[in-house]
Amino acid sequence: MNEMEFFIDHSRCIGCRACMQACEECDTHRGASMIHLETIMRADSVQTAPQVCMHCEEPICAQVCPADAIKKTADGIVQSSLKPRCIGCSNCVLACPFGVPKYKAEINQMMKCDMCYDRTSIGKGPMCATVCPSGALAFTTREQIERTRQGVAIREWSFGGEVVKTKVNVLVPRHVHRIDVSVEQLGMTSTDEYDVANLLMGEPNGRK
Amino acid sequence: MARPPVSIPEIVRQFGPTLNRIPANGWKADQEPDRIVKTHCCFCGQQCGIQLKVKDNKVIGFEPWEDFPFNQGRLCPKGVKRYMQDEHPDRLKNPLLRKEGAGFAPVSWDAALDKTAGEIRRIQQSYGNDAFALLGGASLTNEKAYLMGKFARVAVRTANIDYNGRLCMVSAAAASKKILGIDRSANPWSDIPKAKAILVAGSNVAECSPITTHYLWQARENGAKLIVLDPRMTPIARNADLFIPVRSGGDIGVFNGMLHVMIERGWINREFIARHTTGWEQVEEVIRKYTPEYAAKIAGVPASMIVRAAEIWGPAETSFLLHARGIEHHSKGVENCMAAINLVAATGRIGREGCGYAMITGQGNGQGGREQGQKCDQLPGARDIENPEHRAHIAKVWGVPEESIPHKGLSMVKLFEAIHDGQIKGLLSICSNPMVSLPNNAYVREALEKLEFFGVIDFFMSETAHYADLVLAGSLMEEDEGTTTNVEGRCIRHRKVVEPPANARVDWKIICDLAARLDHAEKFSYNSPREIFEELRRASQGGVADYYGMTWERIEQENGVFWPCPEPGHPGTPRLYEGNKFGHPDGKAHFQPVEWRPAAEEPDSEYPIVLTTGRVVSQYLSGAQTRRIGALVDQYPQPLCEIHPLLAGKMGIAEGDFVKVESRRGSVTVRANVVKTIRPDTVFVPYHWPLDRAANNCTVRVIDPVSNIPEYKICAVRVSKVPPPQDEIAQLEVQQGGVR
Repeated sequence: MNEMEFFIDHSRCIGCRACMQACEECDTHRGASMIHLETIMRADSVQTAPQVCMHCEEPICAQVCPADAIKKTADGIVQSSLKPRCIGCSNCVLACPFGVPKYKAEINQMMKCDMCYDRTSIGKGPMCATVCPSGALAFTTREQIERTRQGVAIREWSFGGEVVKTKVNVLVPRHVHRIDVSVEQLGMTSTDEYDVANLLMGEPNGRK
Repeated sequence: MARPPVSIPEIVRQFGPTLNRIPANGWKADQEPDRIVKTHCCFCGQQCGIQLKVKDNKVIGFEPWEDFPFNQGRLCPKGVKRYMQDEHPDRLKNPLLRKEGAGFAPVSWDAALDKTAGEIRRIQQSYGNDAFALLGGASLTNEKAYLMGKFARVAVRTANIDYNGRLCMVSAAAASKKILGIDRSANPWSDIPKAKAILVAGSNVAECSPITTHYLWQARENGAKLIVLDPRMTPIARNADLFIPVRSGGDIGVFNGMLHVMIERGWINREFIARHTTGWEQVEEVIRKYTPEYAAKIAGVPASMIVRAAEIWGPAETSFLLHARGIEHHSKGVENCMAAINLVAATGRIGREGCGYAMITGQGNGQGGREQGQKCDQLPGARDIENPEHRAHIAKVWGVPEESIPHKGLSMVKLFEAIHDGQIKGLLSICSNPMVSLPNNAYVREALEKLEFFGVIDFFMSETAHYADLVLAGSLMEEDEGTTTNVEGRCIRHRKVVEPPANARVDWKIICDLAARLDHAEKFSYNSPREIFEELRRASQGGVADYYGMTWERIEQENGVFWPCPEPGHPGTPRLYEGNKFGHPDGKAHFQPVEWRPAAEEPDSEYPIVLTTGRVVSQYLSGAQTRRIGALVDQYPQPLCEIHPLLAGKMGIAEGDFVKVESRRGSVTVRANVVKTIRPDTVFVPYHWPLDRAANNCTVRVIDPVSNIPEYKICAVRVSKVPPPQDEIAQLEVQQGGVR
């Protein structure tokens, strides 16, 4: 398989926002960034997480759309909403387990990442993955990723029992096969793993 | 009379910084560019390759340049949005003359150049040649840096020229020269992923040199262990194998402690030391007392961390040391770097694949800018201005008598002290913004106010230009041809992408026109920057930083050429010290024993907290460019004071509260950012902002005795919760020095 795929490695992300700044430069939605960068818990850590559309095999956003405004291409890209169809109801915004679609009130339309379809469809890399200085976002072949990364690329998720398969991969430790997000995890608010004061007390670094 | 002609808010209203949020030609998609130009980012020392899209002589956007080997299309947010400084409403388009009570008014170039040359003459005739000083910058191309040095020594005949690289690279430079014999990163970046142990000391790589992150992560994918020293858990420290939250100024404790353990456990290369180095015995003698416990007290971290660092570094098969301003910005900056480099030399892991050492250059041409002769103690080719042979070579290239070349002048901080003391009466500055970047801003302001004449060449009205008598509208990087030398020592080509707007001029032409008015037209009769480069090549020939074998064509074709490149056809030198041949005349590395000593101002009962300063990813240096780009300002709008909850709690400070950070010299009032990612005895404020938001209001005007770098990374402060500031400055926009 030499098909180009999208990979996210959250452990590499440095929160620089080059992805967002570059996304905004993409011709199909110039002036608006479609990628989100989440600052997880700045008080506790500098961990950040980039979020592109994961391009689900069975896109929930499209399934819940009453206007049939979200289409998936034959090559598996879930497109942004179609302007003539989108009624701005925000069902997709509420339904997406990754929090990707955003309702833009000023144009009364949902917009989201389409993996730079104008670029990828002519052989260019998506803006975000091309500029990402840390390699947290990569657009390359699975073979190249397996050769150069320690983690394993997976694209299967479970949200409280509901399994979601995506076109976009995430890199995880070798023993992980599926990412399970349980409801109780969502309420977690604090960690001392990165507390410098603890480290100075001689606490182990808490990382490998 | 170098005072602002009207109030600062009045100048700011006229000249910004205002925010450019919309590209030239708007956010329109599908604009077919007239051309796409391969060039480089104008900002930091990584000098990433980038393609700029041009339509109707306007830069309308960018496209990644994936074929350029160093960054392969990667960019940080500054690089992505740099094109927004083109067609900027704040752009200076005419020479501007100070008018008391009225501001700055456009004048003709003839009037501006005549006045500048006239003031140089008048001041030099009244007070002597050295009473007029020049200040250059490390974001200038090699050609312009060379021209500034020659202009000072040949046309102005002053000893007093220095540059803002003095605030950046000089500690690393001095240490590297002392031990290894050459002032340059020893290895190309392609060696980083091949190293099995990596030590990053005092470098917030993720924010200050983001492209290097990928090299570090790639090394880790290949099995490397990463050690990071920093008082803050930066984004790379978060994922390091060993993060050592060292006390600011305590780095020598870690380095010497590591070496102690390495000696004890036999992790040093005695054969290499015997054959290729000098001075080891003195180092071993000094290191004896640096037991992990002793070293830990200096470093302010548990001894076990120092032992663990030695266990990673000591027995590694290959290794790479990187350091940056975090250990260099100290009154013992050179010693900090030497103690780090000793760790490299003691293992003999240098000069081969995957084994080496690099200083992470901060400014765009931080490397090249210090080689071409704009340093107070250097001539082109990184030559010594006091060495008779070096002087004779340059005198011949310039066609001047050797004795006419002035001797060593004052370095940047001393230069401002001489202005403050009234010895220097006139200053012409280019590519520098000391009102934001020098320590103790109040002192800098007092100095500038004492100048009889102050001329500034810049493309925006910087905070320093407020104090100018005359501002000469110069050029952006993308408005002129030239070369820079990146962090690896790779000389690369910057291309003219667009013409300077309106009546602005390319910098080199301004300098040459001034030289002509000082009766040196024939020695500055260049028709293009390429002609300056041709002369630079010859001037550098036989020097340490030898560019003689380079041509612009080669540089373009080969995606850059590494110096030394002593003759045409020479492949250039990506990796220094191969075959263990070091830069000293004896071919050996010279160990330097280093003893820890305290900072100039350690915390005490009155000022009990350490202030350390640095950068954020979306801003560059003094912010003169990046505080004008809307998308970058939105990302991190105003400086925040990072403070640990344990320390914040003692003073009743909560997230978002306004705090006053106050030293013996001044204060800065900003919002608190309460985070567990910083040492509880230290606060951090980034320095990119002016006026009451300037971290450098607090910093201390003390310099390293060898490198003359200021001690930005440690001074003593107290921090208190204050009500929201309501004064006139606070009301300004955030990019102007206001606060929200």
